Amino acid sequence: MPISFELTEAARAARDHFHAMARDRMRPISRKYDDQEHALPHEWVDWYWREGRKGGPLVAGPGDGMVQVCMQAEELCWGDAGLYLRMPFAGLGGSAVAAAGTKEQKQRFLSVFQGDGPPAWGAMAITEPGAGSDSAAIQTTARLDGEEWVLDGTKIFCTGGEGASTAEGGFVVVWATVDKSAGRGGIKAFVVPAGTPGMTLVGLEKKLGIRASDTATLRFESCRIPKANLLGSAEVKRASGGGDKGFKGAMATFDASRPIVAAMAVGVGRAALDCLKEELAREGVVVRYDAAPTEQTALERDVIQMEAELQAARLLTWRAASMMTRGRPNNLEASMAKAKAGLAVTKITQKAVEWLGPRGYGKQLLVEKWMRDAKINDIYEGTQQINLLIVARRILDYSSSMLR
Amino acid sequence: MIDFEPTEEQALVVETVRQFAANEIRPSARAAEEAKTPAREAIEAAHGLGLVANALPSELGGGGERSAVLGVLVAEELAWGDLATALAILSPALLAFPLADHGSAAQRAARLPRFAGDAFVPGSLALVEPGFGADPFRPRTQAKRDGKHYVLDGRKCLVPWLDGGESVLVFADEEGRAQGFLVPRDAPGLGATREALMGIQALPTVELALAGVRVPLDARLGEAAGSDLARVIARGRTALAALGVGVARAAFEIARDYAKEREAFGTKIAQKQAIAFLLAQMAIEIDGARLLAWEAAWRLDQGELALREATLAFDQVRRIALDVADGAVQVLGGHGYIRDYLPELLLRNARGFASFEALALV
Repeated sequence: MPISFELTEAARAARDHFHAMARDRMRPISRKYDDQEHALPHEWVDWYWREGRKGGPLVAGPGDGMVQVCMQAEELCWGDAGLYLRMPFAGLGGSAVAAAGTKEQKQRFLSVFQGDGPPAWGAMAITEPGAGSDSAAIQTTARLDGEEWVLDGTKIFCTGGEGASTAEGGFVVVWATVDKSAGRGGIKAFVVPAGTPGMTLVGLEKKLGIRASDTATLRFESCRIPKANLLGSAEVKRASGGGDKGFKGAMATFDASRPIVAAMAVGVGRAALDCLKEELAREGVVVRYDAAPTEQTALERDVIQMEAELQAARLLTWRAASMMTRGRPNNLEASMAKAKAGLAVTKITQKAVEWLGPRGYGKQLLVEKWMRDAKINDIYEGTQQINLLIVARRILDYSSSMLR
Repeated sequence: MIDFEPTEEQALVVETVRQFAANEIRPSARAAEEAKTPAREAIEAAHGLGLVANALPSELGGGGERSAVLGVLVAEELAWGDLATALAILSPALLAFPLADHGSAAQRAARLPRFAGDAFVPGSLALVEPGFGADPFRPRTQAKRDGKHYVLDGRKCLVPWLDGGESVLVFADEEGRAQGFLVPRDAPGLGATREALMGIQALPTVELALAGVRVPLDARLGEAAGSDLARVIARGRTALAALGVGVARAAFEIARDYAKEREAFGTKIAQKQAIAFLLAQMAIEIDGARLLAWEAAWRLDQGELALREATLAFDQVRRIALDVADGAVQVLGGHGYIRDYLPELLLRNARGFASFEALALV
């Protein structure tokens, strides 16, 4: 295939489909569930489970049309990023199972999302009170006891954690160490089905934005799961010699998820930019692409920069996604996309509020909400700094010990 | 389908040009800049690669393979070698592409074949005007019909002016619309003064004074049908975006390599996050800007005007090329400020994009 920016017929149709869903199903209740934090957006959840999920695949994995998955994420987050994260789907937990699970595990954990039962959610639990970006420092333990793994520890900032831990059929992918002395090599991912005794939903965070999304604290106390719920190999590889492929395997999930998160960010940024341009059009302000530099207004200059930044973020995202579709390593490109998109939309949404003045700051429009929603994209799935660290190591050809 | 991989043929051309830039352009870049003359051997040798000729219509002796996408791929590689030399190498397109895109059949037949010949024939395009508030889309230079002639009056600047060129394409206002006029370099009333610029000094550029310059009616680009300046500017912005990416990539690579060698406080400075993150940001911005240029080029190849996309790409490159070059000077510290190293030249070159319009075309 040559360099092309042409959407296939199928991609165009899918994009339109998800755009309509975002416009008709999400936007009308956006403000409501921003105000009613922690309330289950039942009209969205129920409709999505009944009708919406028929529209297309949302679980990303190798071989999937990842660009299309990114377009879906962009459209839905153009609708509402919080509601997107709250919809009943396999989410990041699903990505982990799809990336690292066996055929049997995929069948066992993911089929519920095509099933006729009640709504289900998947989630990923990595972060702990004492370990955020430094995920190798996690303290949650997994101990093999006969035919079961026993998990102990506390996880915070688990996106989708309420639904995934409590609603039947769902699951939480929990990162835990089987051998603290092995460092990163001891870290493994475990699938804990919703309702497993010993897994407790401790509480939900009150947040700056994406308030419709359930960000959970989960406690694991002698939480027993079947031995077969481990994703990947149980073998502990020491940092010396064999390296730490287990940890790297777990981290590889991010190569799939970061382009999606970048696409989500682009969706939020586009929402704010679209709104700004609509408001400007209403006021008769047209952005000129052919104004002389000395004639160009500050507003035009900003809008053009916002458009360029957003499109650069989108194209970096699609590039990372398209490499994934081709089965190429995309670790560098995924982090580039995530770093660019997270920061770009943070700035774009802030600018949109600025240019819209008191109206932008007010709650009649959704722009102030999008500014609050946007910021999370520069934090979760690897902060700006973590992604820069990954990019830096790649471009410098440095190991993690050479650039800490 | 969305895709970011050049075809095999394109990749082959890019690889050839990359090696050419490394072996024939980069080594003479500094000397050419200091001497304020282009490396003629490099320009002649590049002509042998047929970079412009291959894009000209086959019925007029060209290769018939015009592709803006290939154009941006090539432009980045050439500019990675040296911006001034790249602009010189690509200068034939300044006349040849507008002729191919807008010229009448007679103009094309009379003027295009020479650009597909064995000898390098430079081109000149006069769009940019001096003075505060100049507007590339609305030239102040005037073209007035006077019987069987047009009479041109005004001033232009940043006009590439390599030895051996015959004509310059001057854009001027004709009754409220910008039109192009093919003016012989030796036309009475046309004065050309070599410019002294902050950067791209190896490229001879002139300020033009047009005082009652008379050209026949058939010198109007496109003759009766005329031409569309917006299309020229869109192609210019796309080309310049790619050239700026090349400059930025050169700066980034020099900074990266230096940072991996230079030691401070017992480690390589690249092992410090302050430097490593700066390099990472450079790499990200370069890739993002490159993809914007690719998209603009792809849209041009689809027959779109693509002025918006070209403007977004160029606008982004104007910012990031400067930032990246500045970052490279910073990474090299005192050495970055010294003319023994390239970053100071790259910084001077990068600043130029703020003033450039249609100094190259795809």
